Amino acid sequence: MLGFLKQPVVVTAEINMNLVALTVMGLVNRLWALSYPRAVVFDEVYYGQFVSLYMKRIFFVDDSGPPFGHMLLAFGGYLGGFDGNFLWNRIGAEYSMNVPVWSLRLLPALTGALCVPLAYQILVELHFSHCAAFGAALLILFENSLITQSRLMLLESVLIFFILLAILSYLKFYNLQKCSPFTAGWWFWLLLTGVACSCAVGVKYMGLFTYMLLLAIAGVHSWHLIGDQTLSNVSVLCHLLARGLALVVVPVAMYLSFFYVHLTVLYRSGPHDQIMTSAFQASLEGGLARITQGQPLEVAYGSQITLRNVLGKPVPCWLHSHKNTYPIRYENGRGSSHQQQVTCYPFKDVNNWWIVKDPGMQQLVVSNPPRPVRHGHIVQLVHGITTRYLNTHDVAAPLSPHSQEISCYIDYNISMPAQNLWRVEIVNRESDTDVWKTILSEVRFVHVNTSAVLKLSGASLPEWGYRQLEIIGEKLSKGHHQSMLWNVEEHRYGKSQEQKEREVELHSPTQADISKNLSFMARFTELQWKILTLKNEDTEHKYSSSPLDWITMDTNIAYWFHPISGAQIHLIGNILTWASANVATLVYVCLFLWYLLRRRRKICDIPEDAWRLWVSAGGLCVGGWAVNYLPFFMMEKTLFLYHYLPALTFQILLIPVVLQHLTDHLCRSQLPKNMFSALMVAWFSSIYLVYRTFSPLTYGEPTLSAAELRSLRWKDSWDILIRKH
Amino acid sequence: MPCEGTRLRFPPCPTARTPFPLMPCAVVPGCRRLPRVGAQMTLAVGCCQAESGPRCGGLRQRRPRRPAGEPSRPSPPPRAWAPLEAPVGVWAPLASITLLSFASRFYRLSEPPHVCWDETHFGKMGSYYINRTFFFDVHPPLGKMLIGLAGYLSGYNGTFPFQKPGDRYGHHNYIGMRGFCAFLGSCLVPFAYLIVLELSKSLSAALLAASILIFDTGCITLSQYILLDPILMFFLMGAVLSMVKYNSCAVRPFSAPWWFWLSLTGVNLAGAIGVKFVGLFVVLLVGLNTVYDLWELLGDLSLSLVTLGKHLLARVFCLILLPLVLYTAQFAVHFAVLNKSGPGDGFFSSAFQSRLIGNNLHNVSVPEHLAYGSVITMKNLRMAGGYLHSHWHLYPEGVGARQQQVSVSLYHSLSLLPASDHLDPSCSVEFVRHGDVIRLEHKETSRNLHSHQHEAPMTRKHFQVTGYGINGTGDANDFWRIEVVGRKSGKRIKVLRSQIRLTHLATGCILGSSGKTLPKWGWEQVEVTCTPYVKETPNALWNVEDHINPKLPNISLDVLKPSFPEILLESHMVMIRGNSGLKPKENEVTSKPWHWPINYQGLRFSGVNETDYRVYLLGNPVVWWLNLVTIGLYLLMATCTIVAIKRGAQLTVEFKELSEVLLHSGGKIMLGWLLHYLPFFMMGRVLYFHHYFPAMLFSSMLTGITWDTLLKFCAGCLSCSMGKRVYTYGMLALMLLIVYSFYLFHPLSYGMVGPMASDPNSPMAGLRWLESWEF
Repeated sequence: MLGFLKQPVVVTAEINMNLVALTVMGLVNRLWALSYPRAVVFDEVYYGQFVSLYMKRIFFVDDSGPPFGHMLLAFGGYLGGFDGNFLWNRIGAEYSMNVPVWSLRLLPALTGALCVPLAYQILVELHFSHCAAFGAALLILFENSLITQSRLMLLESVLIFFILLAILSYLKFYNLQKCSPFTAGWWFWLLLTGVACSCAVGVKYMGLFTYMLLLAIAGVHSWHLIGDQTLSNVSVLCHLLARGLALVVVPVAMYLSFFYVHLTVLYRSGPHDQIMTSAFQASLEGGLARITQGQPLEVAYGSQITLRNVLGKPVPCWLHSHKNTYPIRYENGRGSSHQQQVTCYPFKDVNNWWIVKDPGMQQLVVSNPPRPVRHGHIVQLVHGITTRYLNTHDVAAPLSPHSQEISCYIDYNISMPAQNLWRVEIVNRESDTDVWKTILSEVRFVHVNTSAVLKLSGASLPEWGYRQLEIIGEKLSKGHHQSMLWNVEEHRYGKSQEQKEREVELHSPTQADISKNLSFMARFTELQWKILTLKNEDTEHKYSSSPLDWITMDTNIAYWFHPISGAQIHLIGNILTWASANVATLVYVCLFLWYLLRRRRKICDIPEDAWRLWVSAGGLCVGGWAVNYLPFFMMEKTLFLYHYLPALTFQILLIPVVLQHLTDHLCRSQLPKNMFSALMVAWFSSIYLVYRTFSPLTYGEPTLSAAELRSLRWKDSWDILIRKH
Repeated sequence: MPCEGTRLRFPPCPTARTPFPLMPCAVVPGCRRLPRVGAQMTLAVGCCQAESGPRCGGLRQRRPRRPAGEPSRPSPPPRAWAPLEAPVGVWAPLASITLLSFASRFYRLSEPPHVCWDETHFGKMGSYYINRTFFFDVHPPLGKMLIGLAGYLSGYNGTFPFQKPGDRYGHHNYIGMRGFCAFLGSCLVPFAYLIVLELSKSLSAALLAASILIFDTGCITLSQYILLDPILMFFLMGAVLSMVKYNSCAVRPFSAPWWFWLSLTGVNLAGAIGVKFVGLFVVLLVGLNTVYDLWELLGDLSLSLVTLGKHLLARVFCLILLPLVLYTAQFAVHFAVLNKSGPGDGFFSSAFQSRLIGNNLHNVSVPEHLAYGSVITMKNLRMAGGYLHSHWHLYPEGVGARQQQVSVSLYHSLSLLPASDHLDPSCSVEFVRHGDVIRLEHKETSRNLHSHQHEAPMTRKHFQVTGYGINGTGDANDFWRIEVVGRKSGKRIKVLRSQIRLTHLATGCILGSSGKTLPKWGWEQVEVTCTPYVKETPNALWNVEDHINPKLPNISLDVLKPSFPEILLESHMVMIRGNSGLKPKENEVTSKPWHWPINYQGLRFSGVNETDYRVYLLGNPVVWWLNLVTIGLYLLMATCTIVAIKRGAQLTVEFKELSEVLLHSGGKIMLGWLLHYLPFFMMGRVLYFHHYFPAMLFSSMLTGITWDTLLKFCAGCLSCSMGKRVYTYGMLALMLLIVYSFYLFHPLSYGMVGPMASDPNSPMAGLRWLESWEF
């Protein structure tokens, strides 16, 4: 029983001093004077507003990526006790005292610092020497662009951290695979891979590239596993299922959970409400919900409604009409019906109110009990203020001559009869007898006589139409498009018989008492879709660059400039590291092709083990570089130098791989080896020197004189700010 | 050693013993002639016989692996499916499907006798070739040249205007052009038949694939009109066929049929890209296949490096150089034929336009160097960029400063003259030099080109450009520095040749055209801005086009005519930009790639209303859905097979061959389908349903191979007679299904008159299976 007492309790701790040293150096190098400058630097102005919105729990949509990154930054703000009260309007603005600059910047800086030991461990796990691994970590440590990017409230360093973490945990997992599958460590690293991948994707969609790369590598490894005939079918299946669970199911679940937290934390309505559908807006506190709280759910004959176009592009707008008529002749000489204009108006207005009328009856009030409108019913839509009927006829629309004009009918007695019957088609119905519901139902209005569909064309009318958006009757309805769908946003049962009373009623706010809640999945789907499809128009930027400029670092970005002292922070890399990384990539690719072709002819220049190492390390580093770099050539958005940093990290990891390979296999005798080492020392020292030289631009301190700045302009294309005297 | 081994491989391909006795060379007429040709070659190059002798011996042992292995096999088990007996068994079906194919494509070819759908474009372009007027299109010229040629040969004189769909042809002869397209479209069926036959060695698979294509309403419709698609698909299938053929001839490299098919592949590739850039996908397919091929050869240690080099060179020559030469040649023809000024001039640079007869730059002579006091017009270097323009109208209230508008217009209308403050009329001519500070005065309105820090009307981040001042007096915001791209200071500025950048002196911004159209108040001309972002884009570059200065001698511009490579490059730039410019408009309903394989929605070729003669491009839904199911089925079967092999399952010889066909041949076709389909998901331009048809061809061939293999698998698992029955009945059922569905849907291609399908009296009543179909 007490046998264990016979042995002394021994705790053996193994501390890799390399790792400790690297971590400390990384922390010092990234965290030093972190809260300097106490001013908004570059994209902090962009991320900062989201942090503020998080602090105030106000809903927002950011089309640049998923919410996890913003959440992490906001977490820093939360730790520092930030109340969100800061106007993020201009780069260079001084932070007020309530902004905890240090803790806001802490998280990116920490993750940036941890990239250094991660790089070390990745190379160790790839079975390279500790010397090479140490070299890789040092290169990351002294890379000015990575330092700049991690010392500010930006997301790239967080992204790079998760990418490297995913790679490292996969390598650990793979190395455990051979000796001890299905142990606790094996599961830990496997799951950590999945978690890190989803975090990377959650920070920026760029993480998806590395995730795909890891999936591909895992796929190749699994394929080898399938070919391993020493394993039974069942155990192969178990292996595959475990990988599927950890690398697909867990990341997807994590990704959903980010959105869950996002939507739970942000429950107040805010500036981006308008982008979302009415149903989504109604689920937020304040905003539309205040209006729609307790509206009647079912649209009935006699209901007073506003109709919002579901598409929300180019701007969200409501079906609208006003007293003015279409001009008799347009500028291009075409004629119109000269009837009352129907437009789509992007602001709330009393002229957005319409009344649903039963064609068979005269009254415009809701009967008791209300008779709900169902899918397929024929209705007339009466404009509330002018009491004219929504009408369309065989007259060309003002800007889209191939479609029909929509008007509110005025009888001029010119043998142009009213054609104002519309069939209500609920597109998202569950059965054919569904009732038309406020907010939830998406409805198409099909004209009974001509089968034209009420549609927002997206063009805005000229002066006579007050630049409101054009509404047309699309005759050749090609499939379903959101611009043809409408939903009821505000709704009340009409009670006033007389037009005067009705006008008063239309002006009064709606009220009633049902609330509608969307399920999480519906909200997630909508938000995700909006993030993916929302496009910022024309974002030309002074410092935007093309991917070709990145490899050679022909461009830099001025992040911050002190208006008085002239101190400045630039995103500018260690040019020597960049150049060496390019050379290493080139050498790797050439050597790889050379070996590959020679091996195909059964000539083996290097031993089998070395070859396998060469392929796996290269597949990871060159592959990581390629997947994080090449896709940018196909992107149409505005690109900046910092988009290259993840690719650069992989490229830097390749340098020691190539160097060690060269020393091990190409320098056969002792003399070249010694010379090589000497060269290495010289090269490392010059990298350190370059780092020191550019560190004033990286840290923003000390302030340099104009002459010193001019001497730092090593490339003509670099834009270093030199004050005129 | 071109003749290496030919002689020793003389023994004809073993036809009798192989399980599917259709060895590659037994089918091909070229290959059948092969031994003789080979022998002649050997004789002709007798010297290499001696050296190659021993090598060939080695080759022989290695090469005929399959036939050599067979005799040792105990008598092959009886097959459930009938093996192909003789070439007759191959030719007779070929002849009949070809006949059927032609019959189905030429039936009612002249109906409807009016312009249908895109005939309005391609017919018009054919006419341009006949009239030799220059035009611009986003596709390379070959397809339209062939249409023009067909029209010319069939007696069409190029006078029909092809204004809009629905225009009656009247007495104009359009049958020639339609017939040409239908002829090429009919060839697809025999091509598909031969490809599948070659790949699967199974007659029924080939017949299935061919009948799918014959009885697909979509393929029929698309082949019957003056369109580029039948021409594109003809070359595409031609390329695949010749690729497959030359792969089967691989046992006899450098033999005549091998060379023939290899170079034919190259020719077809040139044709495919020459018709549409979509042809690049088939180039990719052939390229990947070739890389794989070379990789296999490289791994073959019995081949010397010299032989490998020859293999490589042969492919480089036939698959890269030959297509390039042909492709360039067709552009040469294009430019030679179109020598008159026409609607396409404005898209091209001034230098390009000087080639065209009738263009006002043709044979014009102007002073060569720009001088102070010259009257000039300036053209923007952006693709389809217009001329710097101004008029008496002011910018409206609220749009920057209320000064005179400056814009870019596609028509020559304005003149500007650079003026300098120290201009002395008595003095001799002073030339404008690189780096000079100048003022530009609008001749008509005598206002200066001016910019200031007001935001531009459309591009808010740029500065507004206006006309300001009167009779030359203005302010400091009228000064511009003129610079020539890539030139040092002090040089003169050349008309047409110099690319000029105008930098605003006060704000440092650069004069450019944003490419956005101004609203009504600006007469829908293109916006001119001053951009503070200093980037080298053609938007911000200009050249001087017209130039009048009586004090300077005129020189002829003939020396400035661009060389052929320059024209070629420029026309490609214009085409590529034009293609990427075809963006869908906001709120426009466009076809999405995922719609296509499910046959979600077709295209109206002709007619809308009940009284019209309506033709609707829509695939035969049964066929298309069969194709769709088959892709899933194929993936499933391929995965199962490949995993089974990887897990070391022991397969019988029969199944091994089947899985070989499935993975290898099916894989090639599958790759073709992927290459012709997936890229569309990444394209930003407007897409149409007919873009799927090349992929559909591959999908149909895959259907043939997959079902044939599946039925053979099933049959192989059952007893002999039972298996045979399953196989035969399965194939018959599939064929009948296809034919019956064609019977149902044939009015889609051959014209529908009368009520729409939603009406119960319509002949198509009950056939509108999807709500999105519009017939």
